[in-house]
Amino acid sequence: MTDTPPPVVIEPPSRPTRTAAPRKRRLVKYLLRAVAVGYVAVLVAMPLVVVVWRTIDQGASTFWDAISAPDAVHAYQVTAEVAGLAVLINTVFGVGVALLLARYRFPGRSLLNVLIDVPISISPIIVGLALVLVFGWTTGWFGSELQNAGIEVIFSTPGMVLATAFVCLPLVVREVLPVLEEEGIEQDQAARSLGANALQRLVRITLPTIKWALAYGVVLSIARALGEFGAVRVVSGDVTGQTQTLTLVVDQRAEQFEPGAYQLSMVLIAVSAICIVVISLIRPRGER
Amino acid sequence: MGIAAHGISKRFGDFVALDDVDLDVESGQLTALLGPSGGGKSTLLRIIGGLENPDEGTVHIDDVEATGVPAQRRNVGFVFQHYAAFKHLSVYRNVAFGLEIRHRPKAEIRQRVHELLELVHLDQFADRLPSQLSGGQRQRMALARALAVEPKVLLLDEPFGALDTKVRKELRDWLRRLHDEVHVTTVFVTHDQEEALEVSDEIVVINNGRIEQTGTPNDLYDHPANDFVMSFLGPVTQLGERLVRPHDIEVLGAETAGAVPGEVVRLVRIGFEVRAELRAGDSDPWVQLTRGQADALDLQPGRAVWLRPAHDASTLAAS
Repeated sequence: MTDTPPPVVIEPPSRPTRTAAPRKRRLVKYLLRAVAVGYVAVLVAMPLVVVVWRTIDQGASTFWDAISAPDAVHAYQVTAEVAGLAVLINTVFGVGVALLLARYRFPGRSLLNVLIDVPISISPIIVGLALVLVFGWTTGWFGSELQNAGIEVIFSTPGMVLATAFVCLPLVVREVLPVLEEEGIEQDQAARSLGANALQRLVRITLPTIKWALAYGVVLSIARALGEFGAVRVVSGDVTGQTQTLTLVVDQRAEQFEPGAYQLSMVLIAVSAICIVVISLIRPRGER
Repeated sequence: MGIAAHGISKRFGDFVALDDVDLDVESGQLTALLGPSGGGKSTLLRIIGGLENPDEGTVHIDDVEATGVPAQRRNVGFVFQHYAAFKHLSVYRNVAFGLEIRHRPKAEIRQRVHELLELVHLDQFADRLPSQLSGGQRQRMALARALAVEPKVLLLDEPFGALDTKVRKELRDWLRRLHDEVHVTTVFVTHDQEEALEVSDEIVVINNGRIEQTGTPNDLYDHPANDFVMSFLGPVTQLGERLVRPHDIEVLGAETAGAVPGEVVRLVRIGFEVRAELRAGDSDPWVQLTRGQADALDLQPGRAVWLRPAHDASTLAAS
């Protein structure tokens, strides 16, 4: 019927010849990599290495003296209390706010959503100042009422907890909210139709669903709470042996050229390292 | 009366989802709410189930007022289009959920759950997670879960919408057989008229927030109240001034009383069915024939034929 088609010649792909252009491209590639690695090294690795080095250099007995000094020990207690309470408060309110934003439409919803990110964008020192201006006995809006009731917010633990909770605010909400939005409301409705009341749905359905995101948010909050400095400094008054967190002690030691700054920094670094390890263990599962 | 919903109205902002709708479902009956997307059928279903509240109207379930009662106390089983499986719980725990909420004794739960899992043929998957099941299996699990608490009413919102055609047909049959065994008052929402015709005892056609017609599948198919119902439930074509079903048009080789002349324009064969597109006066009807009928008439494009509606066919005036 038809003529036989002409034979098809298949030619092998031509090998790229080595020219000047590929070499320059490789050079640029390595240069960019060097810049990136160098940036991380200078900003992150080097300071850590210096701290660790100086700590080791100053010897074991200095280390022990520094971490067991009375005001350091007191600082551990204050830090644990403040960070612990702040993370707890932030977790409860964080989940509540995330549920509110995910499930309900109400006037002001977008505004609330934006306000959640404020703590990240403003300076912690301003946070501290704002708290003083609201709760301080002499200058605050509620100053006289608080003073009459004998409630000390500023220069005391409650204020420090508030300041720390504030700066941690977005961390739980921003982790939990996307999960809630993605899951939607159907599981909750199914649970409703099966007879579950609000508390049962929260405990049996909602919390298990946000489990990993919540854990991740809590660990981030812990790391942030432990490292908080500016806001707590303003609010606490930085009184040695009374209202100092660990970060404040490190600052004081460094400022006054007293020994112990490196050693206590090591403690903070160690705790941060543990947080990072926990985060990276949790994270892959959270991305399911 | 299994379900009695009267005077139901619901708006979302400016959008009227339901406008003074009445629905009565007899106890033990299987009713389909059929209509196009956005017509209001899911909204009505959710109002019956307590997942939405009507702006006006009342709902009675088993003759007991349910209008203000929250969903968790209505004892209504609900099945969702996308399964709404509890992803962190095993199949067993999913089905047991309602019973665990009611604090039934463990032995009772175990017996009931296994009974239901056997009923839906999922017994061997009891320890799996929903993510390890296929869509059809997940929906069967959802059904078992809804039935576990012995609801007075079973509501299904486009239950097979997310499944492949083959699985959909299987589950459709299966739902009908399940209903024959279990006899729970059931309402399901669908936009697939074949599904509604095949499965239900009664069909309620809803469009734009209003009920167009209620009746048995045969009633609605053979005696549609208006052209919306007629065209939604099956194929429709226009012959002259009347709307008629394509398989209800008689094609005749010779002039006959009551028949209009026409000419075959095109013939398409689809499986055993032959579709003949014709021109008759001002209208372009198409006729559905079997191969045998088409061959007996020796239909070819250009052939002159005479057309009339079959004598027992119901027709509607074209609007």
